[in-house]
Amino acid sequence: MKVYKYGANVDTDVIIPARHLNNPDPKALASHCMEDIDAQFASTVEEGDIIVAGPNFGCGSSREHAPVAIKACGVKCVIAPSFARIFYRNAINIGFPIMECAQAAEEINAGDQVSVDFATGVITDETTGKTYQAAPFPEFINGIIQSGGLLNSLKARGVAK
Amino acid sequence: MGMTMTQKILARAAGLDKVEAGQLIEAKLDLVLGNDITTPVAITEFEKAGFTQVFDKDKIAIVLDHYTPCKDIKSAQLCKQAREFAHKHAITNFFDVGQMGVEHALLPEKGLCAPGEVIIGADSHTCTYGALGAFSTGIGSTDMAAGMATGLSWFRVPSAIKVTLTGKLQPHVSGKDVILHLIGRIGVDGALYKSIEFTGEGVSSLSMDDRFTISNMAIEAGGKNGIFPVDEKTMEYINGRVNRPCEAFQADPDAVYDSEVVIDLNTLEPTVAMPHLPENTKVVSEVAGLPIDQVVIGSCTNGRIQDMRIAAGIMKGKKVASNVRCVVIPATQEVYMQAMKEGLMEIFIQAGAAVSTPTCGPCLGGHMGCMAEGERAVSTTNRNFVGRMGHVESEIILASPAVAAASAIAGCVADPRA
Repeated sequence: MKVYKYGANVDTDVIIPARHLNNPDPKALASHCMEDIDAQFASTVEEGDIIVAGPNFGCGSSREHAPVAIKACGVKCVIAPSFARIFYRNAINIGFPIMECAQAAEEINAGDQVSVDFATGVITDETTGKTYQAAPFPEFINGIIQSGGLLNSLKARGVAK
Repeated sequence: MGMTMTQKILARAAGLDKVEAGQLIEAKLDLVLGNDITTPVAITEFEKAGFTQVFDKDKIAIVLDHYTPCKDIKSAQLCKQAREFAHKHAITNFFDVGQMGVEHALLPEKGLCAPGEVIIGADSHTCTYGALGAFSTGIGSTDMAAGMATGLSWFRVPSAIKVTLTGKLQPHVSGKDVILHLIGRIGVDGALYKSIEFTGEGVSSLSMDDRFTISNMAIEAGGKNGIFPVDEKTMEYINGRVNRPCEAFQADPDAVYDSEVVIDLNTLEPTVAMPHLPENTKVVSEVAGLPIDQVVIGSCTNGRIQDMRIAAGIMKGKKVASNVRCVVIPATQEVYMQAMKEGLMEIFIQAGAAVSTPTCGPCLGGHMGCMAEGERAVSTTNRNFVGRMGHVESEIILASPAVAAASAIAGCVADPRA
């Protein structure tokens, strides 16, 4: 559950560079995740690790490959003060958790051991002992996440053939 | 409390009399767009979910523009998947090599976007159609899959920033300078989750191509959309292209905005965005003389006929500097043909520029102009993020066609007025 920490405006071109988008297989995308700002990330990240970053995480391109790549690395969630809106939608739509919390994003350090409770939105920095409260999702969006993503929620509603 | 342009369009599409900022709604879609990178992922999700039918074969557009004509085997596989899906579902607006153009230049040209419509596209620059008074916004592949299956999409109704334009642009200053200036003032997340609504007497002097460029880069300020009011120029543009009823929405006089920015077009100067964020703006004279290796003129931001005319006007009878590679990419076949008829292609080729068939290519470091370590480009594209056009240690300076063309000739960043 260790933390990788990045600055503001982490864009989708560095999360997964366009030169790798010709193969949308999640594992292939994961092997190049973050390589243009952190060459060590893909080789050192472990199941359950967390990314903490500055404001406007995921800005730029609409490529869903970005949250797909992060998710396929085994990252448990991304914590940031704010997310670019297309990344925000994409993460929810594929059922990948993101948490908006400015204080946590600022105070948590790289390498800290952090645990998160998605039901309550509580973020705990085990290294410093501090806890933080992330902004709750609106009920509608919670419904999408509970269904396991947008398409599952639409199927459950029977609105498509 | 009144509604903004965007709020009125969303209310109509959601079947509601009124909406307010923050409200979650489900809106009917007039068009769902995807390209050769995002559509294959959407198709995979569509089929994995067990969907078998699209909601309306006439209201889906698939444009193979990013890696095309295919740069390698993997991208050819992606195009094949999109092509087979388009044929299977008899998608009316499927654009393959030979017909395709850069999607956001192509769709308005084909009359697929009209005032008052709600358009989603699995490409962040889908916000371009705000120039026509439509609500259009970028989404991801799963949203595209859902849109193709249901004709519906969920939205959080945005609040808005009002951008009032006054005066008139000076020679060698264009829409690109307006939007770079705005992003420089409000930052790359200055309009996060919000609409940017352009208004004011300065709007009327802007050409449609200027407006497309401005709306196109709303996303670079984090905006959900960037929308212009509909006027005579809009109607003139859609006349003969759009053959269905459409509705122009105006903001209510008592619409509420989070903030207002006033831009005096008279005093705007040619503006560039330095590496590695579109908000790092400077007036071009501040950085003139900086050495460059490449110039790209094209893209969904600046690959339209006005852009070709501006660039050719500056390059006519001159030569691209020996230290610079200049790549000119008209955004659509229609732009290409028109530029040929006007003799612009001859000007580019005689100047020593490479002219390409339409493609997004170099903008995203796909092909047709990737950069090596330590190289620097002046480009009329929309993003200058780390590694965007190639090597992680290459640099992009975003600029207008006038600045790009002047720089190609000078061999360094140059002021077109100099």
